[in-house]
Amino acid sequence: MSTATETAPEELHDELDDAHDDHDHGLSDFGYIKVALLLAVLTAAEVLIYFFDDKVGPLEVPMLLILMVVKFEIVVAYFMHLRFDNKLFTWLFVGGLVLAVAVYAAMGTSMVFWTDPAGCDLSPNPSC
Amino acid sequence: MTDTPTASSTAAAEPVEDDEPPAAYPRTEWDDYEIVPPTTSLSNEKMTMWAFLGSDCLLFGALISTYLLLRNRQPLSGEESLRAADLFDIPFTSVSSFVLLMSSLTMVLAVSAISRGEMERCKLWLLTTAAQGAVFIAGQVYEFTSFYREGLGYTVSISSSAFYTLTGFHGVHVSLGIIMLVTLWVMVNRGIIGTERAETVEIIGLYWHFVDIVWIVIFAVVYLIP
Amino acid sequence: MAIITDQPDSAGPSTELEVADGAPDHDEAPRTGVFARPTHATGWREWLFTVDHKKIGIMYGAAALFWFLVGGIEIGLVRLQLWAPDGEVLSADAYNQLFTMHGVTMVFLVIMPLANAFANYLVPLQIGARDVAFPRMNALGLWIFVFGGIFLNLSWFLGGGADGGWFAYAPNTGMAFSPSNGMDFYALGLQIAGIASLLGALNLLVTIINMRCPGMTLLRMPVFTWMILVVQFLLVFALPVITVALVLLTFDRTFDSNFFNVDAGADPLLWQHLFWIFGHPEVYILILPAFGVVSETLPVFSRKPLFGYPIVVLSGAAIGFMGWGVWAHHMFTAGMGPVSVAAFSATTMFIAVPTGVKILNWIATMWAGKVRFTVPMMFSVSLVSMFTIGGLSGVMHAIAPADTQQTDTYFIVAHFHYVLVGGALMGMFAGIYYWWPKAFGYHLNDRLGRWHFWLMLLGFNITFGPMHIVGLQGMARRHSVYGEFDGFEFWNKIATIGYFFMFIAMTILAVNIFRTWGRYRRGLEPQAEADPWDGRTLEWAIPSPAPEHNFDYVPVVTDVDDFWHKKYQPDENGKLRRIANGNDIAQRGDQHPHLPSPSYWPIVLAVGLPLIGFGLIYNLWIAGIGLLLLVGSMFGWTLEPATDPDAGHGHGHDDGDHGDGAHDDDHDGGPNGHDDGNGVLTSSTGNGEAAGD
Repeated sequence: MSTATETAPEELHDELDDAHDDHDHGLSDFGYIKVALLLAVLTAAEVLIYFFDDKVGPLEVPMLLILMVVKFEIVVAYFMHLRFDNKLFTWLFVGGLVLAVAVYAAMGTSMVFWTDPAGCDLSPNPSC
Repeated sequence: MTDTPTASSTAAAEPVEDDEPPAAYPRTEWDDYEIVPPTTSLSNEKMTMWAFLGSDCLLFGALISTYLLLRNRQPLSGEESLRAADLFDIPFTSVSSFVLLMSSLTMVLAVSAISRGEMERCKLWLLTTAAQGAVFIAGQVYEFTSFYREGLGYTVSISSSAFYTLTGFHGVHVSLGIIMLVTLWVMVNRGIIGTERAETVEIIGLYWHFVDIVWIVIFAVVYLIP
Repeated sequence: MAIITDQPDSAGPSTELEVADGAPDHDEAPRTGVFARPTHATGWREWLFTVDHKKIGIMYGAAALFWFLVGGIEIGLVRLQLWAPDGEVLSADAYNQLFTMHGVTMVFLVIMPLANAFANYLVPLQIGARDVAFPRMNALGLWIFVFGGIFLNLSWFLGGGADGGWFAYAPNTGMAFSPSNGMDFYALGLQIAGIASLLGALNLLVTIINMRCPGMTLLRMPVFTWMILVVQFLLVFALPVITVALVLLTFDRTFDSNFFNVDAGADPLLWQHLFWIFGHPEVYILILPAFGVVSETLPVFSRKPLFGYPIVVLSGAAIGFMGWGVWAHHMFTAGMGPVSVAAFSATTMFIAVPTGVKILNWIATMWAGKVRFTVPMMFSVSLVSMFTIGGLSGVMHAIAPADTQQTDTYFIVAHFHYVLVGGALMGMFAGIYYWWPKAFGYHLNDRLGRWHFWLMLLGFNITFGPMHIVGLQGMARRHSVYGEFDGFEFWNKIATIGYFFMFIAMTILAVNIFRTWGRYRRGLEPQAEADPWDGRTLEWAIPSPAPEHNFDYVPVVTDVDDFWHKKYQPDENGKLRRIANGNDIAQRGDQHPHLPSPSYWPIVLAVGLPLIGFGLIYNLWIAGIGLLLLVGSMFGWTLEPATDPDAGHGHGHDDGDHGDGAHDDDHDGGPNGHDDGNGVLTSSTGNGEAAGD
């Protein structure tokens, strides 16, 4: 919903500007190939972290998550042109994304961490 | 209520006096346009696709969080049931993930080719993208069958149900993408889509990249994170 | 290109640019399509294959009123069962099915499509557009909804309706506890209806963002359009959540998966979370369109501008946003644990704030206004008062300990009927009476309308008022009987009597509609004027009924309530004076601009979905046929002439340079930037390409 409020006229106005300045520019083909190489390296890093998890220890999960977010952002920003495109598109997409993360994080934590202590003996939840 | 006579609509506006006041909304230069330009000067189709992708975030978000919540659950009876995570073949999945990731590159090359008017190159990249998608799907079919042979049926455990549903949903999205890409190829081939409709390719491309980023998340969260 | 809009059309003096091939309103011959397009359809074909947003809106409304009758009869049987202790009208099973299907029908097949009817009909009119962004997709949404509704209700003839409550808590709705096919029809039917809503929502979203007429900035949009915009965002983001929940349930029931199988370790809270993450935005999806309607009617009938327009808009958006953070208040007694309960209790109290702001704004709008108590006004005022009652009992539920007492009692039933009937439906009725002349060209009978209103208001309060009392006395919902000595009999009898008041009220509405329609066709009803209520928004600046092309000329607006400012201007003393009669300055509806052509594909494609549904229940081969139909018609759709009119609507690349000229002028601080600076395309533009021609 955030998007409805955030596309206030002034912003919409500015966005129009961007659209015309940057529309359809993106990267060159060679630039895309470089981005893809970077993605390949990051994927390799992910797999390496997975296999050498004894070396990275407690950092494994945060590192994997960070790599995931970076890859996600690179694809969205460059391959999907969001970096060069109108901000309205960003708001539409990021609105859904942020909402999804927030809502499901609340649901998940509510079901895993904040469960009812009184009902613990009935729950198969290992964190009880 | 269906047959309201449309002719009467002009009758309604008839009582016109001599000193007729100026019309509230007379003809302006905007009427010179065959189609009034969009308010934001952005394309309707592309905006729809972005809104749809925002919506799809919540779809995959629900499926991924369902999997995460259910993946380690065991029957109340106390016996251990097989989990999907017990069978993961990370090297294999890494390769198929890599193929899907690289299909995003070929997709973006197809888009930039058609925007430059290089139709032959665009067609080539479209087919390459579809082929990589097909390789990914074939890998998924192989993965599913080998899991099934190892005893992980769809109904075996709560974890298997969640795993197959999540990855299956993603697979259906990829398959739809392949169908769209092949259709695009046919349309470009037959000249139905030319440079002037490069945006159609771009929009299908957005969908394809989205399927890819969903897999980036699934690969990390479902497969790699223990 | 400049000439097309200016043409008198028809067989007559069609000149150079029109292709004179004898197809009057259709100048592209279908060349590359698989089949020919319907051209110049008349009679029933005109309705089945239409892509006109106004016809689609009317069909949404007609379907909704039909389902309203069905849902009303369903709950009538329930009320009869509760007339006396140990009622024997219905078996417990039939009772479960009836109250479940009543809820499902009223939420998904009545209030949502009624709102959709208004949205489809009015949004393009209010923003000065000739159609929605995707006319064929609009038609597709309608037909999927129609077939989804029929599919859902076919369960009555195929083993019984759904029986697990409209919220269908799994695992209670799993095969073990709900073995009939009713829940399958529920889950699949709602998925089908969900696809329809998603298509409609994407379409309206883009329409509102992208198809506003010149000068119509976001903060000049009518409040109704604003609320519809908020609702479309809610729909776009909420529908996938319920889709996933329903898919999981369907898979559990059809393919024996284990999502809600507690033996396999499932957590029953999963369904509740997923359902209410959708379900709470859903209640705002139901109420906000009604809020939009009364935000239109109250200013018109009080002859005052809406008090605090930006605040009303902002609070509507805030409700939509905060509506995402309160879902778990439906689950206070489900054992979530104290932290979740406390958090959601707090957010729920907060969301009362923007709602209260709206109520105060409406009251302030009426305050010291010259109020005309027409039928739509009476319904609007009743929304403000009845919704306030329902809202207050809602705040009571935010207090978790109190809610623990009230959960699953009739107090809850009373609460949500006060907001949904007293709020949403009253607003919809206001809208029906208010916009009827615009849609059909004549007024509904005022006398019958007043009877409808008073009986409805009375019946509604007689029915649901007592439920507060029996609810606090401890009468549980969803129980098919109560005991003789429970002490609930008196108030239940009253409530059942109230139901019949409402039934008579709705019969009067039906009589009103059919009688006035018949009289109008016989020429006994006067033709409605363009601007019968002295309206404020653009839909009143065109003839009644709205012509097929909506606007002769593209309106260019400079204000909120622009049409009103065309009629009233301050004189030299600063006192507002009427300078024109709306009927005189309205457009005449005598131009014939280019319109999208009808299409077969939406309705053909829509048939595929219920077939897939039947296939999943009975035999996968049927699903295969449905899938073939679906994919086949998608290809037919795609291959329909690329140059057809609807494909051209606001196509970014084609029109980019036009928009460019207009835009640059405005933004670079051109000499005529006369407005408050938020004009995306103000009336002052025009030295772009248009002027250069």
